[in-house]
Amino acid sequence: MAKILVIAEHNGETLNPSTAKCVACATQIDAAEIDVAVLGADTGTVAAQAAELSSVVRVVTIDDEGNDPAIAAILAPQIVALADGYSHVLGPSTAFGKDLMPRVAALMGVNQISDIMSVEGSHQFKRPIYAGNAIVTVEAPTDHPVVATVRTASYQAVGGGNAAAIESASVDVELPSHTRFVELQTGASDRPDLQTAARVVSGGRALASEENFEIIYKLADTIGAGVGSSRAAVDAGYVPPETQVGQTGQIIAPDLYIAIGISGAIQHVTGIKDAGTIVAINKDEEAPIFEIADIGLVGDLFAIVPELTEALG
Amino acid sequence: MNKILVGLKRAVDYNVRVQVKSDGSGVETDGVKMSINPFDEIALEEALRIRERGEASEVVVVSIGPSESQQQLRTGLAMGADRAILVESEGVPDILSIARVFKELVDRESAELVILGKQAIDDDNSQTGQMLAAIWGRPQATFASEVVLDGDKARVTREVDSGLEILDIDLPAVITVDLRLNEPRYVKLPDIMKAKKKPLETIAIGDLGVEPGPQLVETAFEPPAGRQKGIMVDDVAGLVAAIKDKGLV
Repeated sequence: MAKILVIAEHNGETLNPSTAKCVACATQIDAAEIDVAVLGADTGTVAAQAAELSSVVRVVTIDDEGNDPAIAAILAPQIVALADGYSHVLGPSTAFGKDLMPRVAALMGVNQISDIMSVEGSHQFKRPIYAGNAIVTVEAPTDHPVVATVRTASYQAVGGGNAAAIESASVDVELPSHTRFVELQTGASDRPDLQTAARVVSGGRALASEENFEIIYKLADTIGAGVGSSRAAVDAGYVPPETQVGQTGQIIAPDLYIAIGISGAIQHVTGIKDAGTIVAINKDEEAPIFEIADIGLVGDLFAIVPELTEALG
Repeated sequence: MNKILVGLKRAVDYNVRVQVKSDGSGVETDGVKMSINPFDEIALEEALRIRERGEASEVVVVSIGPSESQQQLRTGLAMGADRAILVESEGVPDILSIARVFKELVDRESAELVILGKQAIDDDNSQTGQMLAAIWGRPQATFASEVVLDGDKARVTREVDSGLEILDIDLPAVITVDLRLNEPRYVKLPDIMKAKKKPLETIAIGDLGVEPGPQLVETAFEPPAGRQKGIMVDDVAGLVAAIKDKGLV
């Protein structure tokens, strides 16, 4: 029987929804027990949130000043110590998990599986490769622990209402001082986070300037959407990098995704494949985005988007 | 700083739309254009700029894989790397083995900085740098969009989901690079000629005494599930109706 440790992602105050999605993945594995590890400086609030997640048996916490903010090189040896006795250690395939989990795996002397999109067996998983152009089935050896990241867009968060036990742990490992947090610069935005937004409006190169993105923001704010972008728009400097959706940006699964002036390169499409409904607005009727869109409209975005905003307002 | 190691992975070119073989045994790579993994080109460009600013004396490019990877190493030499090392293996080894190979080379070369792409666009794993840093017991600064060296330290700006995170790290260290770090230079014809004379050392992976990691076995390949063909609407009114019909706004 499996014993699974899910590594919680949080900002010190709030549990990131990626954790509930990792737990959802864990429930697909023939699991004797799903525990969640919360590492932070003062984990009380976040641990309480993790304890509410359905299917979780225990929340294990490590409180240490050095754990806030999270730095992979500092967290990894503690997680390795915690992971003793577990058959699986899972983290989200967000920037946090992608940075952390390979370091954990290497310290444990195992290879890591990236981006689990489906569980085929306790040691058998599917994951996307080549920007999602192919899906590979991977088998991990059963005589070693599985360390993996979970493609969060493939899973619905588990519900709440649970009251798992919370246990404080201490591990005897030396924490490195060679890596020091300086600051986190976040674009001051009240818009929904891309990973959790039910609706996302994305703009591409066709917006042609930073100023023109204003019409994207207006539409997004009208329907309470997060704002995304294509790589081309980020490279051109129209929008900040954290808005990028796709193979090398964020992989998201909103209920509604509106792609505006985005041609639909495979690298972008791989980031939105799990969206509920994809709407595409593009002046080029041959644009590949229309091949995957549920609803398409060909025309001039500078005329369509303000009209759409007006109509939905 | 003395030396920077840069990894160059031979990967299917960015513009190739990869197809799964009909028997599900892999993806079609026969006759497909191969290139340096684009993130690795950015890694090399950054190393070259560091050397050109006088902050490092030598840039060594490393590839681990089949003998054809020499082509990518030659391109790296033409871009401006000083030397190349091919660690030859049949196919591409597991990532933990690759990290262990890099660690061997770091020790042999007394390298103080290893710069790698944040992921390869074939397997999309995003693991090698983190694993190397773990084995080496040194800092990792992944997904870098800015690198500023300051003596035996570096200040690295990282692209994370919520914005930009800035870390200070002590060298030696591993940095993995994101798209916006720089724009790699174009290779000029005279540089290609010059690159032919630069040293390219080949080491058989077996000679490094690296223990392979517990193997992950890829048992089947399939094309992704497609999305159903949608509808086209004629105007905004039609679009609004279709969106409202699905109860999405």
